[in-house]
Amino acid sequence: MYSKKFLADLYKALYKIRHFETSCIRLYRQGLIRGYFHPYTGEEAIAVGVCAALGDKDYITSTHRGHGHCIAKGAEIKKMVAELLGKKTGYCRGLGGSMHIADFSAGNLGANGVVGAGIPLGTGAALGISLRGEKGVSVVFTSDGAANNGVFSEALNLAAVWNLPLLLVVENNQYAVSTPISQATRETELYKRGTGLGVESFSVDGNDVLEVYEKAKESVNKCRKGKGPVLMEAVTFRHGGHHVNDPGLYLSKDRLEYYKSKDPVSLGKKYLIDRGKATEQEIKAIESSVEHEMDEAVAFAKKSPEMTVDEFLKMVEVY
Amino acid sequence: MTDTARGKKGESRKIKYREALNEALREEMQRDAGVFLMGEGIAERGGSYKVTVGLLDEFGAERVIDTPLAEASFTGVGVGAAITGMRPVVEILFVDFSMLVMDQMVNQAAKYKFMTGGTGKVPMVLRTQGGIGNSLAAQHSQSLEALFYHIPGLKLAAPSTPFDAKGLLKSAVRCDDPVVFMEHKLLYMTEGEVPEKEYLIEFGRGDIKRQGKDVTLIAWSNMVPRTLAAAEKLAEEGMEPEVIDPRTLVPLDKEIILESVRKTEHVVIVQEAVRRGGVASDIASIIQEEAFDYLDAPIEIVAGINTPIPFNLTLERVCVPQEEDIIEAVRRSIGIHS
Repeated sequence: MYSKKFLADLYKALYKIRHFETSCIRLYRQGLIRGYFHPYTGEEAIAVGVCAALGDKDYITSTHRGHGHCIAKGAEIKKMVAELLGKKTGYCRGLGGSMHIADFSAGNLGANGVVGAGIPLGTGAALGISLRGEKGVSVVFTSDGAANNGVFSEALNLAAVWNLPLLLVVENNQYAVSTPISQATRETELYKRGTGLGVESFSVDGNDVLEVYEKAKESVNKCRKGKGPVLMEAVTFRHGGHHVNDPGLYLSKDRLEYYKSKDPVSLGKKYLIDRGKATEQEIKAIESSVEHEMDEAVAFAKKSPEMTVDEFLKMVEVY
Repeated sequence: MTDTARGKKGESRKIKYREALNEALREEMQRDAGVFLMGEGIAERGGSYKVTVGLLDEFGAERVIDTPLAEASFTGVGVGAAITGMRPVVEILFVDFSMLVMDQMVNQAAKYKFMTGGTGKVPMVLRTQGGIGNSLAAQHSQSLEALFYHIPGLKLAAPSTPFDAKGLLKSAVRCDDPVVFMEHKLLYMTEGEVPEKEYLIEFGRGDIKRQGKDVTLIAWSNMVPRTLAAAEKLAEEGMEPEVIDPRTLVPLDKEIILESVRKTEHVVIVQEAVRRGGVASDIASIIQEEAFDYLDAPIEIVAGINTPIPFNLTLERVCVPQEEDIIEAVRRSIGIHS
């Protein structure tokens, strides 16, 4: 039912995100990347499954934990690594960093340093699509943490009353920084938040790339037909702390073990082998090509220049 | 087209500040299909101060959108629509309510172009109004321009006349950066000459509202008519005050201010907002830094007192500069050396 190429592409994207994060964390430990770095490790299937259902003209807004969304939407990783290293060749010329990468060429309107703040932005992109009479869709990636912020309900309500082509993807990794969801809200099944606003809402296994993809495709089609918005809760778990300097000792060990046992990248590989009939050798070839691309990206970023102080001061004269 | 239509005989008429704003919106919406309006009660009702009257009929509900009372989100929706190619004009009913949208304006709109290395842009206008009315009390009377003035990445206009309001709002809609457009509730019904012919007023260009030579009075928004009235009284005593209205606070027309200061050597800055941390303090600082040698007396600042605005009308009056306060400050300034 799925072509071998499709499954291979999914696996490649999953592996690329995982490998990107692992490699960049190494660069972080070497002191080459500074500031906040929130790895997407363990949540890859959500970005990959959703973005596989999107076209180039569709928009996404991302979060502080945004590298996965950026890659899944088609970013060039060399410009991402350059940005993380604060280089002029990065997506934001080194001025944005991990929490602010945007890639307009792919419709990625940007990560965000303020939890929940991307929800109205993506809703605005959906309003624009609707006002221009286009067929596009806007996908907002957000989280269990953001669900308790006012703009979550406000913006979803706006999208509903205006029938906007918005897919709100709630990545429920069950912790807002260190606070477990059970301490943050009484109803922990977050998809139910949409029902009260008259929004079609459901929950998926956020570690299963094919389940995410299938439900995203259905939802995106509804949005394109003017039947949006749709809320998708994707339940998942972080493989580590909130950011790279947080060991995440508060994470439930049992649950971490459980979610690691259904690791989204391994599951993607299994799909490719079982359904796509790929050989171990073909898998290796995919992985090697990703590793090669990453090596080149790191080399590119390392040798790229920083914006000079003069260039910077000239640029900010407008303020 | 900047200011060109000004003063042409036979081509202008007197209209109200709110009508001038209405014309600006109408013309810009006719010109550019990407311009649309969002706000509370702006469609059928035409806005609390009637600025958007008639626009629903002309442009339809898709371009004149009544929103739920969800300021943070519909402002953010405006930002998102702007990023993706539209030109929204978002109305926040009272500047006091703009406190609900600070994340979207300060952390999102103001920083978006910068954070994306200059590749993104936010061509959005946040229209709002501030200042005292008559007994509107503490949450509907504030002058909060300094909060926006402080934030790199936002532009800030505070027009005092129908002519300025129209020309600046048209420019604001065409601006590729987020603009906070600060109107004043006591100005909506004021009248002034506005040309029939289309014109724009460039941001960063102040206006000399009254020519003079003895003292430079600097004011914006509703403090301009009050300062002009004070200047007329002083003129009766034989003094010739010059009144400068920067019109936009960001960018600020420093040159028009400094040129006047170099001529008059005396400065009085009038602001309705509370004294502490206001724009007036910053303008004073610019003047002492760049024209210190010309000053013949300390710079006077006439500002609101550091307090929330009371409901009681007599007490309200005490909280913001009145004509007599301005006159007194001018006398102090001139008196030191005369």
